[in-house]
Amino acid sequence: MTRRVLVAALAFAASVVTLGFLVLPVVAVFARVSPRRLVGQLGNPVVTDALLVSVKTTAIAQALILLLGTPTAYVLARRFRGREALVTLVELPLVLPPAVAGLGLLAAFGRTGLLQTSFPFTQTAVVLAVAFVASPLYIRAAIAAFEAVDPDLVAASRTLGAGLPRTFFRIVLPLARPGLTAGAALAFARGLGEFGATIMFAGSLRGVTQTLPLAVYSEFDVNFDVALAVSALLIVVSAALLVTLKWLPSISTSRFRFATSS
Amino acid sequence: MAALHLDFSLPLRDFELSLALGVSRTVALVGPSGAGKTSVLRAVAGLARARGRIAVGEETWLGDGVDRRPEERRVGLVFQEYALFPHLSVRANVAYAGRARVDGLLERFGIAHLAAAKPGELSGGERQRVALARALARDPAVLLLDEPLAALDAHTKTVVRTELHQLLGEVRLPTLLVTHDYGDAASLADEVGVLVAGSLRQLATPAELVARPADAFVAAFTGANLLHGTATRHGDLTHVQLTSGERIFSTDEARGDVGVVVYPWEIGVSREETHDSPLNVLRGEIGSVFELGNRVRVRIGPITAEVTASSVERLDLARGGVAYATFKATGTRLVSL
Repeated sequence: MTRRVLVAALAFAASVVTLGFLVLPVVAVFARVSPRRLVGQLGNPVVTDALLVSVKTTAIAQALILLLGTPTAYVLARRFRGREALVTLVELPLVLPPAVAGLGLLAAFGRTGLLQTSFPFTQTAVVLAVAFVASPLYIRAAIAAFEAVDPDLVAASRTLGAGLPRTFFRIVLPLARPGLTAGAALAFARGLGEFGATIMFAGSLRGVTQTLPLAVYSEFDVNFDVALAVSALLIVVSAALLVTLKWLPSISTSRFRFATSS
Repeated sequence: MAALHLDFSLPLRDFELSLALGVSRTVALVGPSGAGKTSVLRAVAGLARARGRIAVGEETWLGDGVDRRPEERRVGLVFQEYALFPHLSVRANVAYAGRARVDGLLERFGIAHLAAAKPGELSGGERQRVALARALARDPAVLLLDEPLAALDAHTKTVVRTELHQLLGEVRLPTLLVTHDYGDAASLADEVGVLVAGSLRQLATPAELVARPADAFVAAFTGANLLHGTATRHGDLTHVQLTSGERIFSTDEARGDVGVVVYPWEIGVSREETHDSPLNVLRGEIGSVFELGNRVRVRIGPITAEVTASSVERLDLARGGVAYATFKATGTRLVSL
């Protein structure tokens, strides 16, 4: 009996320590400076510049990920020889150290790299770095979402006279949408926080390639409050994304339930 | 109505499916699971890549350098699990192939009141009606039904079998249906083909299959006689007035148009009329005497009995003679049609 109580107490203590450890740094960002000062610092030109760069590059990268990643995932969701190898290649950037990703991008797109482009240290480089590290998250989720669509539904659509494009847009895409949205949100969060590959491949030029995470890094020994303000902003956006993700399944099912006939 | 002509082969995992068949009314393919039944439908619909020839009337779907895509083949395919689009309403499902006849079809299948419902909210029988309405909205040249009754519980199955029987009579399309249940096949189709390991063992009318099965497998698989009649209830017994004129009795409860199912091995044969009250007696000319191992199938009028070879000798059963088939009221199953 006492032993059971001891185990329970230990488990409880471990939970408290773990949760405290995970929550404390987040709380600390907000606790150190008053909310009013945090909001005030958001008007700092360093912050607005970084925000602009982040929004622009993340938006473009996200558009590229969706436009190119969706058909790629659809192809990879089919069964064919060598599929597993291709999926593994797609997943590789997920486990790659960010510094290695940045170096790889330089080696590929650098002035003396394989393709010898003038991308390094431009906004294009930021977009490429974000797309490189974030797209595998979307593609993986999209493959799973497409695989979950019953092949009989695709077959039924075609016997009802719909070609592949109509079948894709009216059957496959709506049914895969919850999974695709979740994957897109994950990729967006990952892209927004991208640091390592960007700083190596694109540098940290204010107003050009300095994104919000890079601003946190460059400001933290110049103006700690600015770094805190940007951090707080990123925490809020990330938390909002996470909550949206958790709510997503129920939102999408209720939308299907109440949708009227088209 | 243009007939469907099939003469194709399709490699499957364990064997090659090959089939030559003409379908002008309703043909049922029966066989054990894994016999390639569904693959036949997929090949006709263009969902599986076959070699050979598939044509409807003068319209070639496969062969002569043609291989039409599924969307160009004008088939109405009803999937085993119906494959209704879960995110679309009943109306949108039916309207998927074309809006023109949607209201008429919703009315005809008695699903107009479900138009706004999603497939997930429907019962098995309702889902099947939606699937049929959707398939017909395509204005198909051929109707393909994959195990149309398998996904239903016993009670719904009886109702749906009746509806389906009526529908097939009305739409007058070449219809190919596959099922593992010989009773369903015999009650719905004009001709039944027995498919085993990708090849057609026998294709014949249900009566012919029972009377002259091609081999022991067909004999075991096809089993029963199926007669048609009208049932009325009298006390504990159901009287069935057969379309051939005779009256027989069953202990099963039923009313109206029924199918009468009797297994050949439950039928006795004699040369003289017996007057035993619990027995059904059908008098008829011996149509065929067909040996099946040490058993013999004897066709008497509309019904086939299975007897031993020694009985055939003892009773001197030969084609053209007259004999009496007797079977118990308790062994006479009635299925609604």
